[in-house]
Amino acid sequence: MKSKLFVVSCVLLVWASFSFNSIHFSENQATAPKMNLSEYGFFVGKIEDQKPAEGIIPYSLNTPLFSDYAEKLRFVKIPSGQTVNYNATEVLDFPVGTTIIKTFYYPHDFRDASKGRRLMETRLLIHEESGWKALEYVWNDEQTDAILEVAGDTKEISYVYLDGKKRTQQYSVPNLNQCKGCHNREEKMTPIGPSVRQLNGEFAYQNGSENQLIHWQKTGILKDMPELKDCPKLAVWNKPETGSLEERSRAWLDINCAHCHNPKGPAMTSGLNLSIHENNLTALGFDKTPVAAGRGSGNRDYDIVRGNPDKSILIYRMESTDPGIMMPEVGRKTTHKEGVALVRDWIKSL
Amino acid sequence: MVENGSVVDLDEGTFSFTNSISMEDKKNVVIRGKGMDKTILSFKGQTEGAEGLRVSNAENITIENMTLQDSKGDLVKTMNVKGITFKNVKVEWTGKPSEKNGGYGLYPVQCQNVLIDGCIAIGASDAGIYVGQSKNIEVKNSKAYHNVAGIEIENSLYASVHDCEAYENTGGLLVFDLPDLVQKKGGFCKVFDNYIHDNNFLNFAPKGNIVASVPDGTGILLLASNNVEVFQNRIINNKSIGTGIISYYMTEKPINDKEYYPYPTSVNIHDNEYQRESVRPTGHGRMGLMFRFKLKFGKDVPHIFYDGIIDTKTLDAQGNTVLDKKICIRNNKNQSFVNIDAEHDFKTISRDATKYDCSLESIKLDSNEK
Repeated sequence: MKSKLFVVSCVLLVWASFSFNSIHFSENQATAPKMNLSEYGFFVGKIEDQKPAEGIIPYSLNTPLFSDYAEKLRFVKIPSGQTVNYNATEVLDFPVGTTIIKTFYYPHDFRDASKGRRLMETRLLIHEESGWKALEYVWNDEQTDAILEVAGDTKEISYVYLDGKKRTQQYSVPNLNQCKGCHNREEKMTPIGPSVRQLNGEFAYQNGSENQLIHWQKTGILKDMPELKDCPKLAVWNKPETGSLEERSRAWLDINCAHCHNPKGPAMTSGLNLSIHENNLTALGFDKTPVAAGRGSGNRDYDIVRGNPDKSILIYRMESTDPGIMMPEVGRKTTHKEGVALVRDWIKSL
Repeated sequence: MVENGSVVDLDEGTFSFTNSISMEDKKNVVIRGKGMDKTILSFKGQTEGAEGLRVSNAENITIENMTLQDSKGDLVKTMNVKGITFKNVKVEWTGKPSEKNGGYGLYPVQCQNVLIDGCIAIGASDAGIYVGQSKNIEVKNSKAYHNVAGIEIENSLYASVHDCEAYENTGGLLVFDLPDLVQKKGGFCKVFDNYIHDNNFLNFAPKGNIVASVPDGTGILLLASNNVEVFQNRIINNKSIGTGIISYYMTEKPINDKEYYPYPTSVNIHDNEYQRESVRPTGHGRMGLMFRFKLKFGKDVPHIFYDGIIDTKTLDAQGNTVLDKKICIRNNKNQSFVNIDAEHDFKTISRDATKYDCSLESIKLDSNEK
């Protein structure tokens, strides 16, 4: 039985990697993925310091996706001379040749960056003629390079969190088939984060702090940008000075849920749309009955019950870490307690 | 291995997975085991992903000759697939039926040309075989038992369910149209030559799901469905509702979807065989209260159950429903009927079926969009 199990596991792995093959390398013009992250030359100096090379722009988002408390370093490489058109609502339409680079890490001590960090993985989204491709590199234990990974992995990680307590948790590196579970719009792979509203905030560049949109406009990347005051700006989920409870909750739901829960995403069948642009209260979950939640309903009747987070399915699924219940379905093994608290407070206030 | 046009042969044996298996963007692929109960994919120790097997954005996919078990969420979900065939596939949650089981066994959603043939579904906490928001569907020669709903067709167009056996579920076979969904309107559904019996299993669905309000003892339930023909079925020993025809209002849930049509219309129930033992209907839940305190049938429960909530827009000047919107009930063996007049708080409960003695044209399943 054991050997059979092995055979089928292999078959299915090959199956996974073949679908990976056909998604990623079947086109002749596509460049073959490199085995090591260092081969791309995205960084100068020691690669573990993650200092971007020339033409690689670091950026951050106002409200990022929760990934088991991992911190993220983000970079984008836009082919020289190319530009990105301003778009007030959607993720920016980056030109072919763009690479989006995202490194996940845990500080050893969240209270003190000087104590160093553990780099976990670096994910690439590469825009080729045929569409966006995902690749994934997992950092070695020596932290000297990251190596191409197809099949995914689970690692244990320990760190000291903001409360001074030591935490140990599982960290899951997705397999490449899982990427499209989230990075999916009308069944095409797409980036999720970098929209104008997410980029409209300050970033500490080497030469000083500046609004990212202004920086992108000055460097000639962002075309047809209106005045900054007319650009939408997403609230920072954990900074009350950046938006009301509702604005910050909607920002959190937008980035954590709306990649699937939008009218063109994989969760469209549920009728629940948590995008920042949704104004229909039922579609947003208010007094909305679940469609195919199964035990994800947690014996609750509606997605959001005004004033009552403990009767709201939304909260139940955000709190759970059971794979048959939790939302998002992939990408986390822990509960985002602070995010849950925010959305709880919002529902309570309604 | 999985290139377009390929066949994936799986060996005999039990294979355990801790993750979901997924496949997407594929055409003309067959995933084939060595047989039901011979090739078993078990997700018992699943730690990641909600489904067992997930197929999306694909064309002409066949899954056959295997058993899938015990996923945390749904067992097989296929979304946005044109041409999906399940043949001789068993989906089951082993052990006692439990609300901790996943929701759906076979779960094609937003698919076209769905064929489910010779399959078995056991133990789903929602529906064993569930086709949602899809078009052109045939479910045949299949069995469903120990699920909350055996077989459910929801917001789907042009479906036929025939030669199936649904037994010992809470509800045997459901045809539902629900609000707030992307595919708004289902309909044109034929249900025939099925054996639907002993669906008296206590409801174990987690509350909040629509099926949690299905009373135990339900044979066939049509909820807000339009253009449905139910014929030549054997509907035996379902203690509460042999065949129910109800509007969405019976769920007592709010309707916020302006495009949603909550009434059942054009329902044709003919040439079925009914039979039930002389027992009381369910005493559980809201429906149980209704049976006990409003309907008071005792053990003499009529086979065909109509809520009597009508859309006044379907009435002509004389107050009669226009023919093409009618509920027609004719020529069933052991036919008995009740209109519970739910609209007026059960004031005029009537067992007189004369008003519903009519017949409608047989449903044609050829859609132009095939």
